[in-house]
Amino acid sequence: MAGAVALKRFYVILAVLAVAGGVAIWQLGRSRAGQAGTVQVAPAPVTGGAGAAGAAEAMPGYVMGSDSAALEVVEYADFQCPACRIFSILTMPDVVERLVRPGRIRWRFRDFPLPGHDRSPLAHHAAACAGEQGKFWAMHDQLYAGQDQWAAGGGADRKIRDLARTAGVDLGQYDECTRSRRYEARLAASRDFAAAQGVQSTPTFVIGSVRVSGTIPYDQLKAIVDSLAPIRR
Amino acid sequence: MVATTLALLGFLVALYLWMWKAGLLGAMVCGTGGCEVVQTSRYAEFLGVPVALIGAAGYLSLLVVGLAGLQPAWLERRGPTLLLLALSGVGVAFTAYLTYLEAAVIRAWCRWCVASAVIITAIFITALLGLRETAPGKREA
Repeated sequence: MAGAVALKRFYVILAVLAVAGGVAIWQLGRSRAGQAGTVQVAPAPVTGGAGAAGAAEAMPGYVMGSDSAALEVVEYADFQCPACRIFSILTMPDVVERLVRPGRIRWRFRDFPLPGHDRSPLAHHAAACAGEQGKFWAMHDQLYAGQDQWAAGGGADRKIRDLARTAGVDLGQYDECTRSRRYEARLAASRDFAAAQGVQSTPTFVIGSVRVSGTIPYDQLKAIVDSLAPIRR
Repeated sequence: MVATTLALLGFLVALYLWMWKAGLLGAMVCGTGGCEVVQTSRYAEFLGVPVALIGAAGYLSLLVVGLAGLQPAWLERRGPTLLLLALSGVGVAFTAYLTYLEAAVIRAWCRWCVASAVIITAIFITALLGLRETAPGKREA
């Protein structure tokens, strides 16, 4: 009898713990989502000096949007990074439709292939080759959509080439470009540039004076954009 | 009871990591930023399944076995404790592999993963002690 009472008490404690844990997870996700990732206001300036500036010129990234947009958002990303994929698929369409197309922001993608990702160099080089043909963003979308295929198993070259075909890339030029490996040094420079900026993980976003490390929901990104570049009425 | 409570804690930690990995949470509270590095690395998946999801499923199994072991019909039997020991043993081995990856390959530490490592080790030790308690001639505590 005493055992049954003790067991009942234990169930109550366990249930309270489960509910408290659930609430804690919800609060953690919610409160930090309000700040969107690890946010730093006025991050440390470029520490890489002239070399980093040269690297930035060698690989300035890929720009989407108007030159006259009031604000530029820089995204440091890795095509093999799952969090970048989630952002690209779930959030980026809203960003493009509601912030880039109306001319509120200009979006700059910077290559930051992480050292731990063995197929990133291949993917980023393929995107650069597609970029030669004005197909970077189409290839960008394809690489993220097919990430789970080329990032695992064999035949990554072939799988990425298939994605290039889907993106509408001319495969003759693409093959010549990938064989030449002409973007390897520039991609390495881009990675060094990102590291010099203090970027340690992907995705990282630099929105004016605000840096956000980690995924960011659309609402929070827009809130930062609104705070830095209010709409003029 | 201790192992069951720990299993619930482990489940909550793994659930949190998996929810972030699945994009259901805005950002991870980590402190060092190492969680994001670890969670976005290629090692955050094992055979195509997110490691955090494997952890959540493992802890849930431990929770179920732990609760079953507390039922009067099972209280005197060694089966649930043996199963707890076996499951947590697999968990400890898998965690040792993941901790090695954090230290030697990814070179970043995820505090939640370390918390999980401590929890699974504690469950294993608790199960081991429980087995001694339920040894023939002894009664389960």
